[in-house]
Amino acid sequence: MKIINKFSMTMSSRSANEGFARATVAAFAAQLDPTLEEINDIKTAVSEAVTNCIVHAYREEIGKIYISGEITDTNVIKIKIRDKGCGIEDIETAMQPKYTSVGGERAGLGFTVMQCFMDSIHVRSCVEKGTTVILTKKISHRYISNG
Amino acid sequence: MSVDISVNGEVTTAYINGEIDHHSAASIRTAIDNAAELNMPSLLILDFTRVSFMDSSGIGLVMGRYRNLSRRGAKIHITGTSPQIYKVMQLSGIEKIATIDECKK
Repeated sequence: MKIINKFSMTMSSRSANEGFARATVAAFAAQLDPTLEEINDIKTAVSEAVTNCIVHAYREEIGKIYISGEITDTNVIKIKIRDKGCGIEDIETAMQPKYTSVGGERAGLGFTVMQCFMDSIHVRSCVEKGTTVILTKKISHRYISNG
Repeated sequence: MSVDISVNGEVTTAYINGEIDHHSAASIRTAIDNAAELNMPSLLILDFTRVSFMDSSGIGLVMGRYRNLSRRGAKIHITGTSPQIYKVMQLSGIEKIATIDECKK
């Protein structure tokens, strides 16, 4: 498996950047010629991960969100979303459906969406140091006949 | 992002436009709550026909409206969802609190 392209970017944890982040990752993923459903799955998962950074990791401050991505010659996209926020004390509990540590109208489905829409999710976190979420998805090969 | 409201007797319809995420959800929520407070509908229809993207913030939006409206017996109906939005809705089990039309193709 060989990495054929990669990108990285840093942005402020402002909610206005949620749309920017998912659109950027979707544009990068487009190189693999994904179906509309696959691209929507990626956009939705990225939106959830970035929102977690804004709502949970940096709940009292504006911090930096680091996003990087790579695609391989086996048609796999891997996206890493990292923050240097408060960290997650208990990852297993945080990943439970309907669990949310903040009030308001959060549905507590962020990790559930990421798990269901991507092939795999890996979460690494350290309290007061930050969290890294790695999302991967294999994009189906589509063979286009030229007639 | 914007919300257009139409009122027909006891039915209030909110036509949501644009993308629904954590950033846009607050203003959508305010627009719908203002309309619901003014018109006191027995049925609130949330029309997603003109919504191009939704993450789980949209689920929070529906759940919050349900909490407000169900106190006085009002119901929620969801229509016009794209396959992407329908997929997020299904994941949440939203059909336990609102009726939902099949997604458009």
